[in-house]
Amino acid sequence: MLRQAIAACLLTITPLAALAEEVTTYTLDNGMDVVVIEDHRAPVVVHMVWYKIGSADEPVGASGVAHYLEHLLFKGTDTLAPGEFSATVAANGGSDNAFTSYDYTAYFQRVAADRLPLMMQMEADRMNNLRIGEQDIITERQVVLEERNQRTENNPGALAQEQFRAALYQNHRYGVPIIGWKHEMEELSLQDALDFYDLYYSPNNAILVVAGDVQPQEVLALAEEYYGVIPAEPDLPERLRPEEPPQRAERRITFVDPRVSQPYLTRSYLAPERDSGAQEKAAALVYLAELLGGSSFTSAFGKALQFESQLAVYSNAGYSGSALDDTSFGVTVVPSDGVSLSEAEAAMDQVIADFIANPIAPADLERIRSQLRASEIYAKDDVQGLARRYGAALTQGLTVADVQAWPDVLQAVNEEDIKAVAREVLNRDQSVTGWVVASPEEAK
Amino acid sequence: MRLILTLWLALTSTAAFAAVDIKQVTSPGGIEAWLVEEPSIPFMALDIRIRGGASLDLPGKRGATNLMMGLIEEGAGDLNAQQFQTRREELAATYRFRAGDDLVSIRAEFLTENRDEAIALLRDALINPRFDQDAVDRVRAQVLSGLASDAKDPNTIAGDVFNGAAFPDHPYGSVMDGTPDSVAGLTRDDIVTAHRNALTRDRIYVGAVGDITAEELGPLLDQLLGDLPAEGPALPQDIDFGLAGGVTVIDYDTPQSVALFGHAGIKRDDPDYMAAYIINELLGGSGFESRLMMEVREKRGLTYGIRTYLVPKFHAEMVIGQVASSNATIAEAIEVTRAEWARFAKEGVTQEALDAIKTYLTGAYPLRFDGNAEIASILVGMQLTGLPPEYVINRNDLLNAVTLEDVNRVARELLRPDDLHFVVVGQPEGLEPTD
Repeated sequence: MLRQAIAACLLTITPLAALAEEVTTYTLDNGMDVVVIEDHRAPVVVHMVWYKIGSADEPVGASGVAHYLEHLLFKGTDTLAPGEFSATVAANGGSDNAFTSYDYTAYFQRVAADRLPLMMQMEADRMNNLRIGEQDIITERQVVLEERNQRTENNPGALAQEQFRAALYQNHRYGVPIIGWKHEMEELSLQDALDFYDLYYSPNNAILVVAGDVQPQEVLALAEEYYGVIPAEPDLPERLRPEEPPQRAERRITFVDPRVSQPYLTRSYLAPERDSGAQEKAAALVYLAELLGGSSFTSAFGKALQFESQLAVYSNAGYSGSALDDTSFGVTVVPSDGVSLSEAEAAMDQVIADFIANPIAPADLERIRSQLRASEIYAKDDVQGLARRYGAALTQGLTVADVQAWPDVLQAVNEEDIKAVAREVLNRDQSVTGWVVASPEEAK
Repeated sequence: MRLILTLWLALTSTAAFAAVDIKQVTSPGGIEAWLVEEPSIPFMALDIRIRGGASLDLPGKRGATNLMMGLIEEGAGDLNAQQFQTRREELAATYRFRAGDDLVSIRAEFLTENRDEAIALLRDALINPRFDQDAVDRVRAQVLSGLASDAKDPNTIAGDVFNGAAFPDHPYGSVMDGTPDSVAGLTRDDIVTAHRNALTRDRIYVGAVGDITAEELGPLLDQLLGDLPAEGPALPQDIDFGLAGGVTVIDYDTPQSVALFGHAGIKRDDPDYMAAYIINELLGGSGFESRLMMEVREKRGLTYGIRTYLVPKFHAEMVIGQVASSNATIAEAIEVTRAEWARFAKEGVTQEALDAIKTYLTGAYPLRFDGNAEIASILVGMQLTGLPPEYVINRNDLLNAVTLEDVNRVARELLRPDDLHFVVVGQPEGLEPTD
């Protein structure tokens, strides 16, 4: 019944890959990918279905529909009443939830391992048989609007970040918030949600991840039984995203909100993401973020801005390579009392310039290398985290092989790799700098 | 001496089970700990709590314990702050130091291959912290920055007002971090005193989980904690919840109002605590099926989330809840909440609802034991609340033994809608303050 059975049990020779979890992968005849991660320490399973559809795939004018639909998937099917899905999971001692991002929408349950068949039965059911009433639509739209209030409207930092992102991505949908623009959320209709559902909630657009106390052959048999019978969607479109045009000048925004407690500045640079078979640049960017602003005590920002000049009360650099399309590299500085944003920004830019000009201390590099290596050991203690790692990667253009190669790609990064990505990415002409202040007087 | 318990956790009616062996370890120096050996991954988690915490702040020195715990990681022995952290990063160890109202917590995770070095470094932080003046000033600036942020955060404003009114003249009534004035006035001597008072051996609780044996753990604990002072100052007195029913509105220009509400609660060692726990889960627990979630969110779309909590602190107890809704709809959300509170107290629940929540709670219990740090936290929490190791075996039986009569009787006593006080931060429409 299998199109492919790649029993991928990672017996490679490098030390980190040997540490890797027991993973088995298949693809069902209808195109649904299956990933099984074994962890037999406790009789528990995490069951996840990931759809290769996120907010960045939404039609123009319907921002927020991916996340809205996620909420509506708990509102019933031909055979389940609204709320019955979660109630059934709870009645079996489990918990369930879902999440939406730019590149994916995922549903999961955590439950005793012997309840896996029931979870699959219900998840397969709502992949194909959703039934939503007009009243559910209206009430749930209010709920997601209150969610936006809670996450964004009540939080000046989140409102500012939304503006900065919209400026960084002028053509790509990463510039539109996952939860949606408020004015478009207010107009989302039942038809918007159903159009999205009918096209994208299909086995050939989905990945099943099962992690925990399970045997791969049993999972496969269950997957065939419950998901294998759902027909593939023949009209599933190719996943094409608009690309950003070349950015030719830096962009700057001053965001003023009286609820801001103290001024700070943040800058985002466009940066490459992890690409299948080519994760080296992303790996070097992980080191760059750590070296520049990872630890308050030992990073370049921390040493220069928090210890030596004491111009900042907080500083940070951050990068995540998990994205389907170009991602961003971010830096943040909160100036000390009495230090202006211009002074803080000038000092930050000096640290960046010095970093690019000077050699990297070998001990700094080795410390980060060994921390990354240790993080792979700690990660094995969190099977749900491992499941998320695979689900996210497989919806963002990576393969199981890429996920398993990543720790070794990280270990192989050298100084020249880091210097090269620093020169390429830390370019103000490809960035948005935001100042966040309580009043125009603070913006100086 | 050590006691070995094997835990068979029945999951619903089938034979799924998890084995959690809790070993009680007493070190040669007399420090007690609970241990679960889990050798499959080469690291361990330590969770240490010491009772007292910020409640031991001296008069006029509010925030001293909190600042002190922020400084523990800022240099020890021969190492200044940057040298200490460089060493920690080289070892790929994680240390977390936190102050709480009633305790301080020290949590650590480290690889087996680095265990000796990671413990030696952590010992230096606990026993020989430097509290260099430049570190005091730097961390003080971070605390002040946090206080400035809290002063504009609706949820924190609501919490501070609620606690201040409920517990006047008690440490619970003021913010553990201190005020900008009290923090600005703290000296290095104040920090040294706070360290002397908050880190003592007489009230220490330890949970350890991971790649270590009972034989190895005892000497490790003596090395780590044996040189702390034997005794600390007296703990504070108990206090009654002092806030009468009503509504307080704090004007704040933001689109969504946040409400914190509650009244007096139930002690953790009360024989009816388990019934109260079930009531809280049914009323406003973690799932999507709670009464309040159904009525306020699912049926009316008034909020993204509403939760209630039993809060049995060491010196007071409360039932509290939180909800956020647009300024135009918060009054309705509060009205529905109060009505559901009253309906639950008056009508109780059905046998069917009780059976369903028992199935969920007994099934969900073993799912909590899902990582070394998580299990260490459970072990230390049980010790702090005076539960025996056998509790992990008996807990589901205790829960199943609660009857419908228990639940409905305790609901009538515990849930008092007229005593509910709501502190609302925002610009709520159609909501009349009572004070």
